[in-house]
Amino acid sequence: MEKTTATPPKKLGLKEKYALMTRGLGWEPTYRGADELYDQIKFEGIKIHDWSKWEDPFRLTMESYWKYQAEKERKLYAIIDAFEQNNGHLNVSDGRYVNTLKLFLTGITPAEYGAHRLFAMLGRQFPGVGAAIACQMQAIDELRHVQTQVHTISQYNKFFSGMSEWRHMTDRVWYMSVPKSFFEDAMTAGPFEQMIAISFSLEYLLTNLVFMPFMSAAAYNGDMATVTFGFSSQSDEARHMTLGLECIKFVLEQDPANVPIVQRYLDKWFWRGYRLLSLVSMMLDYMLPKKVMSWKEAWEIYFVQNGGSLFNDLSRYGIRMPKYWEQTVASADRLSHETWNTFYNFAGAAAFHSWAPSDEDMAWLSEKYPDTFDQHYRPRFEWYREQEAQGKRFYNNSLPMLCQTCQIPLNASEPDDPTKTAYREVEHEGNKYHFCSDGCRDIFCHEPEKYVQAWLPANQVLQGNCFEPGVDPEAPGFDAAAELFKYYRLTPGQDNGDYRGSKDEANWLKWKGLAPADAAEAA
Amino acid sequence: MSNVQSTVFVALQTNDETRPIVEAIERDNPRATVTRMPAMVKIDAPNRLVVRRETVEDITGMEWDLQAFQINLISLSGNVEENDEELVLHWNR
Repeated sequence: MEKTTATPPKKLGLKEKYALMTRGLGWEPTYRGADELYDQIKFEGIKIHDWSKWEDPFRLTMESYWKYQAEKERKLYAIIDAFEQNNGHLNVSDGRYVNTLKLFLTGITPAEYGAHRLFAMLGRQFPGVGAAIACQMQAIDELRHVQTQVHTISQYNKFFSGMSEWRHMTDRVWYMSVPKSFFEDAMTAGPFEQMIAISFSLEYLLTNLVFMPFMSAAAYNGDMATVTFGFSSQSDEARHMTLGLECIKFVLEQDPANVPIVQRYLDKWFWRGYRLLSLVSMMLDYMLPKKVMSWKEAWEIYFVQNGGSLFNDLSRYGIRMPKYWEQTVASADRLSHETWNTFYNFAGAAAFHSWAPSDEDMAWLSEKYPDTFDQHYRPRFEWYREQEAQGKRFYNNSLPMLCQTCQIPLNASEPDDPTKTAYREVEHEGNKYHFCSDGCRDIFCHEPEKYVQAWLPANQVLQGNCFEPGVDPEAPGFDAAAELFKYYRLTPGQDNGDYRGSKDEANWLKWKGLAPADAAEAA
Repeated sequence: MSNVQSTVFVALQTNDETRPIVEAIERDNPRATVTRMPAMVKIDAPNRLVVRRETVEDITGMEWDLQAFQINLISLSGNVEENDEELVLHWNR
């Protein structure tokens, strides 16, 4: 009998596999025109001549995608389970730390869900198969991030205040409108703007500021659950970032007419992202009991150095550094102090605690910010501490003026004058609009029709739109703050206010054996 | 254009799977700087950095699929080019 000499089939290389299992999945529409099918792809003025030029540098097929994602999930949930089984929350550096997490988890989780929706829509809009599949994977990634974060909220929520109503608060509480409006702004833009806003400007240029120093700090502060979901998400982000860079190069290489449009998107979304990150600046400098890196150092490494390398590379297309980037460097000495001051002031209306920095914290801040802290910010925090020592903890009960674009209170100083609050205004169709910066004003002026519709929390309170149905603000004895908290589902005296004297603090001291057991019951 | 020296970087989780990868990167990129932070390792290099499958396999004595690099990846910077043998990060191609 003749011996068969058939050799086993050759194993496919990465490139061949990607070509067959990704590109090969596409088809040409026949009974409907492409213009009808991809109806949003042209209105921004971006010209694409050849979608096949889109490259996925990782050449990830759906098969490998599921394989690697499953492995990430197995690792992640093993650690989250271990954290829960071993009372992991007791091993964080200090009870104050959890407030960093409250802000992160309640602010970012809905934003990740926004990103999930955005990429699902983008995957539907892009005619290129490579781009559509990359967006589809990313939409699934973002949903995974939401789930991992909800699991982490679920664990911490058993022991700490402020997290139980996060989903309800997203649509109502004042500072939550900052990340919410950021993603809604992106989601309601054209497909190319969405891609440049999220994949490139936010993920490539700015998420390192969130995930690298913050997750490393979470590890340093003993928070195994957060490090684990953070790094697990970040392994997806690294892929998203790479696609963000490929996407921008693809668009720039397709047609020279795309360059000014892309530059405008970059200018806008760099500024939007920078304003959003002011929340991260105070997390690094004020909220972490054990600190790893100052905001200024992080901005130097991840924006000036890393972003600088990136823009060097893009300069061959005629792309320049984003507009007003110099202002972000000039303000790096001030951003976190000014932002934390706002949250110290408005702690009464926030679902996490704030506090005046301790002597040790202030020594660190003086060392990290030798040109600004002692001169401009230390006196203010010392005054807060004196007031507090006299039993008169300062709470600001007014409503702040918000920036029409980023929705952050007007708390930043002029880029060239730390003693003066930055303020810009624009008249549009008989109304006056207020802005925190040149960047936010320019964004408004380019699309006023969009930003006049902004739902500004402070303005909505004044208009009477932030009370439960049936509440009458004209009624005698009407208590606006109490009614607002009901609308927020914020439990006053528990979720809000200073960390000192809070239920969280009392519990923490009790669990750690640092105070008499009856301290918590009394709180 | 900014006047910074262009660097690429890769950041990996600190764990048993990445120890040989970090060692391989150090071996293949003499100009790389390794910074160890809580729970992560960041490796910077001027303009170009390569991760080679063969070097990792030499260190561990086991087969390694380069795509598994993604599992422990935290972040990276630079243009990415990957094939079955190596993953390259670079600027100014």
